[in-house]
Amino acid sequence: MATDLNIFVTEESVADADADGPLSGKTVAVKDNISTEGLRTTCGSAMLNDYVPPYDATVVECLKDAGATIVGKANMDEFGMGSTTETSAFGPTRNPVDPERAPGGSSGGSAAAVAAGEADLALGTDTGGSVRNPAAFCGVVGIKPTYGLVSRYGLVAYANSLEQIGPFAETVEEAAELLDVISGPDAKDATTRDEAIDSDYAGAADGDVDGLTVGVPTELVEGADERVVETFEGALAELEAQGAETTEVSLESVGHAVQAYYVIAMSEASSNLARFDGVRYGQSGGYEGNWNESFARAREEGFGSEVKRRILLGTYALSAGYHDKYYKKAQDARAWVAQDFDAAFEKVDVLASPTMPILPPKLGESLDDPLQLYLTDANTVPVNLANLPAISVPAGESEGLPVGLQLIGPKFGEETIIRAASAVEE
Amino acid sequence: MSDTSVDADEVRHVATLARVDLDDEEFEEFAGQFADILTYFDALDEVPEVDAETELVNVMRPDEVRESLAQEEALANAAETEDGFFKGPKVS
Repeated sequence: MATDLNIFVTEESVADADADGPLSGKTVAVKDNISTEGLRTTCGSAMLNDYVPPYDATVVECLKDAGATIVGKANMDEFGMGSTTETSAFGPTRNPVDPERAPGGSSGGSAAAVAAGEADLALGTDTGGSVRNPAAFCGVVGIKPTYGLVSRYGLVAYANSLEQIGPFAETVEEAAELLDVISGPDAKDATTRDEAIDSDYAGAADGDVDGLTVGVPTELVEGADERVVETFEGALAELEAQGAETTEVSLESVGHAVQAYYVIAMSEASSNLARFDGVRYGQSGGYEGNWNESFARAREEGFGSEVKRRILLGTYALSAGYHDKYYKKAQDARAWVAQDFDAAFEKVDVLASPTMPILPPKLGESLDDPLQLYLTDANTVPVNLANLPAISVPAGESEGLPVGLQLIGPKFGEETIIRAASAVEE
Repeated sequence: MSDTSVDADEVRHVATLARVDLDDEEFEEFAGQFADILTYFDALDEVPEVDAETELVNVMRPDEVRESLAQEEALANAAETEDGFFKGPKVS
């Protein structure tokens, strides 16, 4: 390849030689925050530069059992914190569609691996849009499953109550096949549920949307770039031509979703990342001074700016005097968002919006102002707050750049969104 | 306008609580950014009281001995170990 896209942090081929299954002969890129036994797992952080997990994540066991070959650990925003894969300690990944541009984040390496043909399939993680965002920017399919559908055992936690592991592929059917492989209950993750036991998500990719009702939340279209809106509307027209009915709906609560999302995610991050002390694992702070001083020094050296920013803001939001103002209010907003979605799904089968309100930004364009970067997640974070499933499917291109269509379903409504998305690609 | 104001001293205090050292430049940079971000978060004040339907149930498993990592595996990523234990700095 002419340009080094910096897709993998670690490139190594791993497979179970005896396994034979639905993914035999398929190559898979695994995001570098998913534990792989004996294979370095950095989370895109200098803190874990030398960390080699002693066990496999449940989803990695699923891949191996299904006969897949893991081809490498995909680059990502440090600990999943970012929307462009530029906060990685290993340098940014470039978008295969246009190497001057960001692939989106935080699972940018995983999406780019599929888009560039470096892997047939990939796994990412989605805490506030981190599968759907890079899928949209790289022109591939990405699914964020219902919370509890896929085991998080072995995923290095960022914000447990929000994140799910999800598949990437060139087509809806292939992404659904990978979801069939990784979904289902797991004794090692008490938040998993039984709904996927007899799943046939791949079989749902039949393109039959005749009679399907599609709600379009006006709030998720209003602020978007007009080139994005135009492409989005073209995809909706395509669905209508195939027999789907579209109707406008309102989700009043989503105006507060981004604030609620970041308060909750940062609060959980401040707690989760406390484990990186440089003693059990992580970069050591040396033994000068006491434990607190050594710990603080290890974290100064090991963490990048965005991670420090979120740990500090999370600590602030949870601290005495601010807990009620920020964290408790964010939980109220989360419940409000969930109720709003429930009400919408009483009227329609799925909801549709642009996945990202903008076209893929140029590298370096959006890093300086963290608040502006947080706002680009406006269309994806409400889904994580409400624990719902959503898919991003290529809706077309504008100025040669991919635009994603997001389809959101009710809890465990994966088959419906997969069916609708498969109609968009036809 | 918001009542949110954050100065470098406040960032310093939170950094101490979070056990993250910062350099002087970072204190200044974060103070400016935190003011913007926290002002934006103030919009949460407009969120109505919501009756959250809680479906939470405790998920317990029997407290039984199960297979786990071997001691060497658990220690494999530590910078310093001694006699099968993690070796760390003094706690206070």
